[in-house]
Amino acid sequence: MDERIDFYPTHEVGGIRFRRGRPLPFGATIVPNGVNFSIFSSAADSCTLVLFHKREAEPFVEIEFPREFRIGDVYSMIVFDLDYENLEYGYRLSGPWNPEAGQRFDKAKILCDPYAKVIGGRDVWRAKPDWSDLYQHRARLSFDDFDWEGDRPLEIATKDLIIYEAHVRGFTAHPSSKVSAPGTFAGLREKIPYLKSLGINCIELLPIYEFDEWENNRLHPETGELLLNYWGYSTLGFFAPKAGYAATGSLGMQVDELKNLIKELHRAGIEVMLDVVFNHTAEGDQRGPYISYRGIDNRTYYLLTPEGYYYNFSGCGNTLNCNHPVVRNMVLDCLRYWASEYHVDGFRFDLASILGRDQNGAPLANPPLLESLAYDPVLSKCKLVAEAWDAGGLYQVGSFPAYGRWAEWNGRYRDSIRRFIKGDAGMLGEIGNRIQGSPDLYWYRGPTASLNFITCHDGFTLRDMVSYNGKHNEANGERNNDGANDNNSWNCGWEGETDDPGVNALRSRQMRNAATILFLSRGVPMLLMGDELGRTQGGNNNGYCHDGALSWLDWNDVKRETGLLRFFSNLLAFRRAHSVLRGDRFFEHRDYVGSGKPDISFHGTRVGQLDWGGRCLAFLLCGKHATPQDDDLYVAINMFWDGLPFQVPQAPEGKRWRVAINTSMPSPEDIYDSKGGPQVGSDEIIVGGRSIVVLVA
Amino acid sequence: MALDIQSAVDAKTARIALAGELDGSSAPALRETVDRVLGGKPTQLVLQVEKLSFMASAGLRILIFAKQKQPGLKIYLVKPQPGVVDTLHKTGFYDGVYVTDDEPALA
Repeated sequence: MDERIDFYPTHEVGGIRFRRGRPLPFGATIVPNGVNFSIFSSAADSCTLVLFHKREAEPFVEIEFPREFRIGDVYSMIVFDLDYENLEYGYRLSGPWNPEAGQRFDKAKILCDPYAKVIGGRDVWRAKPDWSDLYQHRARLSFDDFDWEGDRPLEIATKDLIIYEAHVRGFTAHPSSKVSAPGTFAGLREKIPYLKSLGINCIELLPIYEFDEWENNRLHPETGELLLNYWGYSTLGFFAPKAGYAATGSLGMQVDELKNLIKELHRAGIEVMLDVVFNHTAEGDQRGPYISYRGIDNRTYYLLTPEGYYYNFSGCGNTLNCNHPVVRNMVLDCLRYWASEYHVDGFRFDLASILGRDQNGAPLANPPLLESLAYDPVLSKCKLVAEAWDAGGLYQVGSFPAYGRWAEWNGRYRDSIRRFIKGDAGMLGEIGNRIQGSPDLYWYRGPTASLNFITCHDGFTLRDMVSYNGKHNEANGERNNDGANDNNSWNCGWEGETDDPGVNALRSRQMRNAATILFLSRGVPMLLMGDELGRTQGGNNNGYCHDGALSWLDWNDVKRETGLLRFFSNLLAFRRAHSVLRGDRFFEHRDYVGSGKPDISFHGTRVGQLDWGGRCLAFLLCGKHATPQDDDLYVAINMFWDGLPFQVPQAPEGKRWRVAINTSMPSPEDIYDSKGGPQVGSDEIIVGGRSIVVLVA
Repeated sequence: MALDIQSAVDAKTARIALAGELDGSSAPALRETVDRVLGGKPTQLVLQVEKLSFMASAGLRILIFAKQKQPGLKIYLVKPQPGVVDTLHKTGFYDGVYVTDDEPALA
């Protein structure tokens, strides 16, 4: 039988044959013999498709969409006989210039497709762009022929996750990483054995959507250092991976390289979570560049003031109009694409509260986008994690519209644990809640709604948290005015690096204390890249602009910090080994299995006697209440500066307490392997000043 | 630099020798050759690539095309240069081909 011919050319311009296309899906889609181009604009008068040979300044053809190719507000056409590998495309849109009415069309600009799956122009990290190029960020075609060999998202139970927050470039850019392609997806892939031995099972990547590291680049006025957009919280295109993060970006193969990384991570039992930035785009405010959205349909894509200026709830110049139905669909299409085409396991939404604002910026009680994401059939097994605040003053930790699905970065956990560790009194009621998975915040959602962290990319590293009282951001060239001032940190007696062995010993202990509380808390723990190696940023708590030693992981620390690294990997193994630490229900403070003791009980230095105004907190977890059944754990936390005797509760019948962790001891006696350490010989133990002891029986 | 393509089909083995650079402009010619030799339904495709100095995305995609066109086809790359092997590793194509120093026996 002859093959059917449904698509045949009906028009021709300059030897290029084309026909009316299909309005859906948006974007550029390869169809038999051609490419279907489809783009939405509600206010344009006309639209022109501009086709380039790869990297050429001048297009080889421009085709205005004939009137009959527009259906509703969608322009679509199929162009035949294109060389897919060598093609770049963009659009010119013609329409009114009326900023007060929110319209800023400019036909002189060539615009990137909001649905571009591959974007050229920044193919190699830090390669100086050709600023004279009219079309800086150039849409290309992607190919869906990657061989996944049966891979799929891992669907690890949320309660079992141990997240590692990492920057793709910073993880291996340092020469000490010794990988073949430093600072890339391929480099990260070579370090999978390290992640595996550390014991994490989910890696959360700082933004990997295409962004421009040259955005707002500048030289430091004193040091002359080139400052870039290193973090990447400024999206150019939501569907395209960052080419400069791929060793093969210059070959246009970033899609394959990223998929290969994800496949290999999955093989190692490690999920991939993406930090996604839907709150704003890289176009900035009215002074910013035309990249895509502004020139396609400004009024639809952005929140605008009545005067036509940009609302700035993101702190980055503009705010994406997330609850406009068209933008909402774009976000949904985007996440479905990453989940289905890249096998991504979850998403962390930057400044997610913006996603719950209406088209005038007011918070919604029932935000359609958040609800749609929660119930989306394709995303139903994806982890959804909100950074539940924005730069416009909306703070929703504990009240983010969750629909039974969303988890939150628990900022309150971070702040409270930091204050407790630095020695603030009167924290015990608060800390009791945080350790239990924050039932006061998430009582109707369960402890897996609480993503627990003490440090993240934004703020001090763990070592800096115990080495600096204040931020030291001079290297950012903003006279130390940027970055947070409420760090809840304590320098242990000296600001910054010191040779004082007493101060350094205390810092080592404080880092172990923080880690112990984090990994013994109910909820989902997240570890910041390098904290397991005592990474420092020299007191800089806002490293967004540093592509260098300040923000990179120094792999020499693997040999220098063997004790701390061992502590972390054993601690993670301890969490994995003890189901009593990882429940997905809140404690009930009663005995509901007949073990003779409640699932959790709180104590002070004496059993059953807690001094709520003090700095000592102990708790006993009953393993018989866990699923599967587990050992009992007794945790004695002394944040007082002197050592104190703690009365130890009775061990389960026929068992003796063994020491699992004692942060006041030098390595390797600070933590034992799964078999446990020495037996406890009496019913009283001394817990050192600012130390934690964990017993297991 | 241009791409030189020599091909031969022997029993169930198709051989293609490549010399030069395989990039976006030279890939269509290779694709045509692959398409033609696969017409004989070979079970293995042997690519002599010792003299191939560069292979771009378009070239790698032809390997996928060959596998998609003929499921079960074994693809051998004989003596690829280190740069080519490196790209294969980074992009995950390495798992789908046999990289060898010796010409495989006839199928």
